[in-house]
Amino acid sequence: MTNVLKAQTLAEKIISRAANVKSVNPGELITCKVDNVLMHDSSGPRRVEDRLSQLNAKVFDPSKIVLVSDHFVPATDAESAEILALTRRWAKNNGITNFYDMQGICHVMMAEKGHLMPGNFLVGGDSHSPTGGAFGTFMVGIGATEMTGVLATGEIWIKVPESIKVNWQGQLAKGVSSKDIMLFLCKHLGVNNNYKVIEFAGEAVANMNMLERMVLCNMTAELGAKTGVIAPDATTLEAITTAGKTFPGNINDWQSDADAHYYAEHTFDASQLKPQIAAPHSPENTDDVDTYNNVAIDQAYIGACTGAKLSDLHMAAEVLKGQKVASSTRLLVAPASASTTNKAAADGTLEILTAAGAIILPTGCGACAGMGAGAIANGEVCLSSTSRNFKGRMGSPNSEVYLGSPYSVAAAAITGVITDPREFL
Amino acid sequence: MSETAQTTIGSAWVYGDNIDTDILAPGPYMKKPMNELAKHCFEAIDTSFAVEVKAGDVVAAGEAFGIGSSREQAAQALVELGVSCVIAKSFARIFYRNALNLGLPALVCSEADKITKGDQISVQPEQGIIINHSKNEQYQCEAIPEQLMEIVRAGGLMPFLQNKNKS
Repeated sequence: MTNVLKAQTLAEKIISRAANVKSVNPGELITCKVDNVLMHDSSGPRRVEDRLSQLNAKVFDPSKIVLVSDHFVPATDAESAEILALTRRWAKNNGITNFYDMQGICHVMMAEKGHLMPGNFLVGGDSHSPTGGAFGTFMVGIGATEMTGVLATGEIWIKVPESIKVNWQGQLAKGVSSKDIMLFLCKHLGVNNNYKVIEFAGEAVANMNMLERMVLCNMTAELGAKTGVIAPDATTLEAITTAGKTFPGNINDWQSDADAHYYAEHTFDASQLKPQIAAPHSPENTDDVDTYNNVAIDQAYIGACTGAKLSDLHMAAEVLKGQKVASSTRLLVAPASASTTNKAAADGTLEILTAAGAIILPTGCGACAGMGAGAIANGEVCLSSTSRNFKGRMGSPNSEVYLGSPYSVAAAAITGVITDPREFL
Repeated sequence: MSETAQTTIGSAWVYGDNIDTDILAPGPYMKKPMNELAKHCFEAIDTSFAVEVKAGDVVAAGEAFGIGSSREQAAQALVELGVSCVIAKSFARIFYRNALNLGLPALVCSEADKITKGDQISVQPEQGIIINHSKNEQYQCEAIPEQLMEIVRAGGLMPFLQNKNKS
């Protein structure tokens, strides 16, 4: 099929460009050239170094690799220190200049450093790679063997996915965020949207800043989708400029055609959405916050690529201003990047958080990946601004993780129980 | 029939929907060598699995098997423990690719819930057939496409590419 006039979704347009064909059809297997590759310390060098030598292969283009140490940072023991040392050595030996060592979580670094361009096709060695879709980028997560193949060839085969369009009309109410949208969608669309792209649109999405849009695409991983995308606009271009880069193309080329075919289309009213909470042990177990009112929590955690960017810290500060963390609980905050910490210090956010009693943790994936500080004990309950509440995800297999927005986590920190954050706004 | 297309026979371990990557490869052990990490496979929901599973055994489950992280160790832990194939109603896409890339057949079967723990199972991935010897039943599964079976038969993408390099 090479009909130039075939209406295409944004995802299909990006795949067509990457595969160097005029158009693609859902279901077909096609080989794409990658524009950039994201790797991190956990699934990256330590998992591909030996394999590349076994294949006698070299990295196809070091300038197209972005490497971030974020999972085992900062080292807490000799084992994690070795992994970080190996990562540094590999970056040096392979001439990787886009290497961010303990500077932030990979998906946030991609945005901060301007590695996400509309219309680009990327792969990342992490399941939250769909985060990049907030920039009108098509970005999918892959495993380490697959990554070895991409590093050697600069290419990957994919099955062209169908798209599901999700429109959010109207405005989100005060105290409700894009995190609530995603928890709501985990309940309503389920966690098994296999081989689908979720395309977000509508007034509420258009009015979001890039950090909030990133949460939407980030959590398409929890929907079980291949990835998420949002068509680029002036807000996208401004973020690229802020990152010190210039988008060389035209954003009008990276919009879905009006008559493009979607697998399904859903429209929701953002103004009606209440704060959402996901109960253990799946993001699918979501309901309005009132359903879980008064569930006592041992730990409130604000962290990860999903829930500790500057916008997330601002939400927490709005709730925590002039308040104190309850003595029955603890509030841990692990900012998503070093620059997030820096900006939150400069604008007074950190002062509000720490005055309330928050403990500031190092930047990194931290307790979200069950690797860093902030693990929870047998029988403990945590309300977290992260994206996953799988059994044992944050520590003991017999602990419980609830998920909520940074507003909701901050409110629960004050009361010691799950609470509607709008009471504090 | 190629030399490695023989059916596998093993006891079934049966689990439900949404078996996630943290259950298969728990985060706290991700920095450990593979043989250590594998000892904790399924630990959060079944502490007997990693201790009692035998080479050739089969894992059967419901929807979205392998949901969550891209960590390849989720599939690799099963390989390390000798699991010969995973049968599920559906797979999370990254897990599915990881499994095949490691030479672990992942079979999509709508009748996966007919398998009960301990059933003796053999599979023919090319033909899309699962035989339950204990119940004397046969189930249809989606055949793994030939281009991907080439990778599985070689033992995964790495040996497949190495063989290709040699020839």
